[in-house]
Amino acid sequence: MIGSIISSGIISPSWDNVFAVVLGMGFGFALEASGFSSSRKIIGTFFGYDFVVVKVFFTAAIVASMGLLYLNYMGLVDFSTLYIQPLFLASAIVGGIIMGVGFSMGGFCPGTSICAAAVGKLDGLAFFGGMFIGVYLFSEAFPWFEKLYYSGSQGSPMVNTVFGISPELFTFILVLAAIGMFFGASWVEKKVKKVEY
Amino acid sequence: MEKINKDGTTYLNPYLGGVILGTVLLLAFYISGRGLGASGAVKNTVAATVNVIAPEHVAKSAYYSQFAGGDKNPMGNWLVYEVIGALAGAFLSGLLFNRLKFKVEHSPKITNRRRLVFAILGGVVFGFGSQLARGCTSGAALSGMAVLSLGGYITMIAIFGTAFIAAWVFRKNWI
Repeated sequence: MIGSIISSGIISPSWDNVFAVVLGMGFGFALEASGFSSSRKIIGTFFGYDFVVVKVFFTAAIVASMGLLYLNYMGLVDFSTLYIQPLFLASAIVGGIIMGVGFSMGGFCPGTSICAAAVGKLDGLAFFGGMFIGVYLFSEAFPWFEKLYYSGSQGSPMVNTVFGISPELFTFILVLAAIGMFFGASWVEKKVKKVEY
Repeated sequence: MEKINKDGTTYLNPYLGGVILGTVLLLAFYISGRGLGASGAVKNTVAATVNVIAPEHVAKSAYYSQFAGGDKNPMGNWLVYEVIGALAGAFLSGLLFNRLKFKVEHSPKITNRRRLVFAILGGVVFGFGSQLARGCTSGAALSGMAVLSLGGYITMIAIFGTAFIAAWVFRKNWI
């Protein structure tokens, strides 16, 4: 059986949305149970009093990266059937910068605001509502941003090719970097004055 | 493996939480061939809503027409179902860890009202940026990093790098 399961035709594509709900439940559960429904816990990463975001985010990234490489190695996943975002350099950077400002203003990102709203955090609900306005504004203003949106098209490059190394070696270095970062984060957490929240 | 908070609720050990999140992400790729996302569901909902109110406007728009109008079904999108699941999953976690409570979180230096105004504005700004970058922290950064996409890494660095600087600007809201 070669993944992705849906594109291989083993299971009817109509099951895809059922899997979407179940996978979404796992997603929401993992975020909430890790503490991502709390804006002050999330934002702690930027002040050094709580690095839960760094720990959860990079653990998830290395687990998924290593997992996909193993599945690919064992012939269970065909990398070519997976969705890889095309890179448009200018809009990726400018959009990322705008998101970073929204992150520190609002204390959430889209996924975490959904989880916060689900457990009754009204600031999470407010952020989630604000996103609809932001998306609407972008959609209406699209003609002004169209050029930026499509500029710097690079295809769908992989990060390891930038360094001229294999995906496996890149992931190995990423794991080492993440472990280093986890130790660094714990060290900073001990040094920084605790914030009660 | 659990960390007890001041209010008596517990969070998972962050590394265990990360392993669960990474495994769910891995399963999403294995089963559906795609990563997890959040802002895409908002985009589809907005496009579907505008399509109900002003279908001609959607047909003429170079942006909306990619997702709605014609025989497209934006609310039948995978991400819409996934986000409905995420709401349920987070609710179950809140129930399990005794965290279901109406609450506004902010620094003691500011009022609830100021916090909520900033939360809405943050959502507006983040929502806008997520459309320009074709995805947010989940869909572009985390899912992109899992498949070693260069775009995922660039977006991740842009988000966290800017947020780190912007946090200092908005520090009164937080510490």
